[in-house]
Amino acid sequence: MNTHDFEPVDPKCIVPIRIPPQTLRSRGWRQMKQNKLALLGLGIVVIMTIIAIFGPLVTSYTYDDQDFAMANAYPSPLHWFGTDSLGRDLLVRVLYGARISLSIGLAASLINLFIGVIYGGIAGLVGGRVDRIMMHIVDILYSIPMLLYVILLMVVFKPGLLNIYIALGIAYWLNMARIVRGQILSLKKQDYVTAARSYGTSTWHILTRHMIPNCMGPIIVTLTLSIPEAIFTEAFLSFIGLGVSAPMASWGVLTSEGINSMRSFPFQLIFPAAALCITMLGFMFLGDGLRDALDPQNQKEGNR
Amino acid sequence: MKTVLDIQNLSISFRTYRGVLEAIHHVSIVVNKGETIGIVGESGCGKSVTAHAVMKLLPKETVIYSPDCKIMWEGTNIVPFTEQEMNALRGQDMSMVFQDPMTALNPVLTIGNQICEGLVLHRRISQQQAKYEAEELLRAVGITAPEKRLRQYPHELSGGMRQRSLIAMALACSPQLLFADEPTTALDVTTEAQVLYLLRSLQQKLGMAIVLISHNLGVIAQMCRRVYVMYAGCVVESGMVEDIFDKPAHPYTKGLLASLPDPEHKDKPLQGISGQAPDLFHLPDGCRFYPRCRQTMQICMRQAPPCYDVGNGHQAACWLLCPERGNDNDIT
Repeated sequence: MNTHDFEPVDPKCIVPIRIPPQTLRSRGWRQMKQNKLALLGLGIVVIMTIIAIFGPLVTSYTYDDQDFAMANAYPSPLHWFGTDSLGRDLLVRVLYGARISLSIGLAASLINLFIGVIYGGIAGLVGGRVDRIMMHIVDILYSIPMLLYVILLMVVFKPGLLNIYIALGIAYWLNMARIVRGQILSLKKQDYVTAARSYGTSTWHILTRHMIPNCMGPIIVTLTLSIPEAIFTEAFLSFIGLGVSAPMASWGVLTSEGINSMRSFPFQLIFPAAALCITMLGFMFLGDGLRDALDPQNQKEGNR
Repeated sequence: MKTVLDIQNLSISFRTYRGVLEAIHHVSIVVNKGETIGIVGESGCGKSVTAHAVMKLLPKETVIYSPDCKIMWEGTNIVPFTEQEMNALRGQDMSMVFQDPMTALNPVLTIGNQICEGLVLHRRISQQQAKYEAEELLRAVGITAPEKRLRQYPHELSGGMRQRSLIAMALACSPQLLFADEPTTALDVTTEAQVLYLLRSLQQKLGMAIVLISHNLGVIAQMCRRVYVMYAGCVVESGMVEDIFDKPAHPYTKGLLASLPDPEHKDKPLQGISGQAPDLFHLPDGCRFYPRCRQTMQICMRQAPPCYDVGNGHQAACWLLCPERGNDNDIT
């Protein structure tokens, strides 16, 4: 300490303290960063996506190139994951499988986002009898085992990539509709919704501008958790022969082919199954992490 | 003086799980252009319900307007209005400042977004123009650095600033009537004074009428020209603010005034009104106040009192004022 410490400061030199704005996003990201498992999940999902998009472009084989001389080859520098019974490179097929499985996960959950949010939003906002009837329909659909429902749809639609998107999309929106409706019901009682009405805002405007942005957290979480569900259902459908058709390969198709030669060539089962498991784990970790990060209940504790 | 709002015989009921509940009963209130009227009463006496009922903000599924009631807005009965017709009125002609600034702002939209919403909706102006006007509004309600606040979210502002933003939102389209539903209850006293002063100066500038709802008698005395006192869903006394405070006629009003703490007589114990406001499902027969009244008479337990004129537009619903009662009309 010296005399200099006590000299007056020129007011012009005092810089006001800037407090960076805290949006839900930035707060959520800070919570996410502390959750190692969620970061691992995020990493897996990002890497899988990159692999699915660019992986097939950098290999020298294609997913339907057959080479009977090399049939059932064990993993080697030439074929990293080995080959299947028709001599097709397993690595490329797993990479293509990633493309198909991830695109199914994404497309199915986007369709269910769209249907679920609109259906649940209308039910919650209109309320009364409309809400009761709409939710009873959901209850009835809920009572049908989903897998059975999807299988029946696939039998009607004939197997194919586009049809899987549609079948999964129209089967799995129930959860989303319920969650959105519940959120809307509780938001309806909020003062700011009444306030918005008191300024003459229309009902549609209130739903899209005031309510849906406020239930983004639960929507994102449900969405993230519905992606692995869709992937898994597709794998199961392919496994029982109702999924994508040959020579295209999803992870379910590859696993199903690998099962046939499980004893003699276990690698044909292990690689696609491992890819499926890792991706599923990645999405689950990410979904759980997002739930913790975006849950407003969690945020109250010392986070303002 | 021109009448803006004339509420006649308004009774509002709600369908609840326990049956139909009448929240307000035969309420008549007149609001003239440019004046401030106050509505006072205990919590749950129907103050806010009255305001919400006029703006038709109560939940449509459960609310029942009694068939004989009329809400005359500049000569037109708005009770049968549809939601679309009300939307044109709300924000544009009548507006509301809410009680709790912490919950009345949408947490995920910026202040600017929320103010511009009403402007764009009613005035059909461009986003750019709306932004400019929103900035002016924020400046008018005394918010510093408005261009910065426009981009901020509600949680970044203090309580007083949020209440000011809410006022700015309510005033966006210069309404003729502003309902201020306990606008200062959530604020500390210095901010309260600022907000009330702001309301009054804006009223003088814009010439709008204000309906100030409060349970704070001091605030009412400061701000209002006329006062309505409500108890258990009924207006029990109404009149000019001086009359109500200087010569209250209804025992309930007397009780309210007596229960104000007196800083000059600290040793005097605080006086409340004994008992509790009645459960609206089990209202007493006759006068709704008699179980808590100190001057209950036989007739009070049988029959509800009509409104008696005490002079100068001062009215009270109490049997004590009945001319047939005899000449011991000493009001104590």
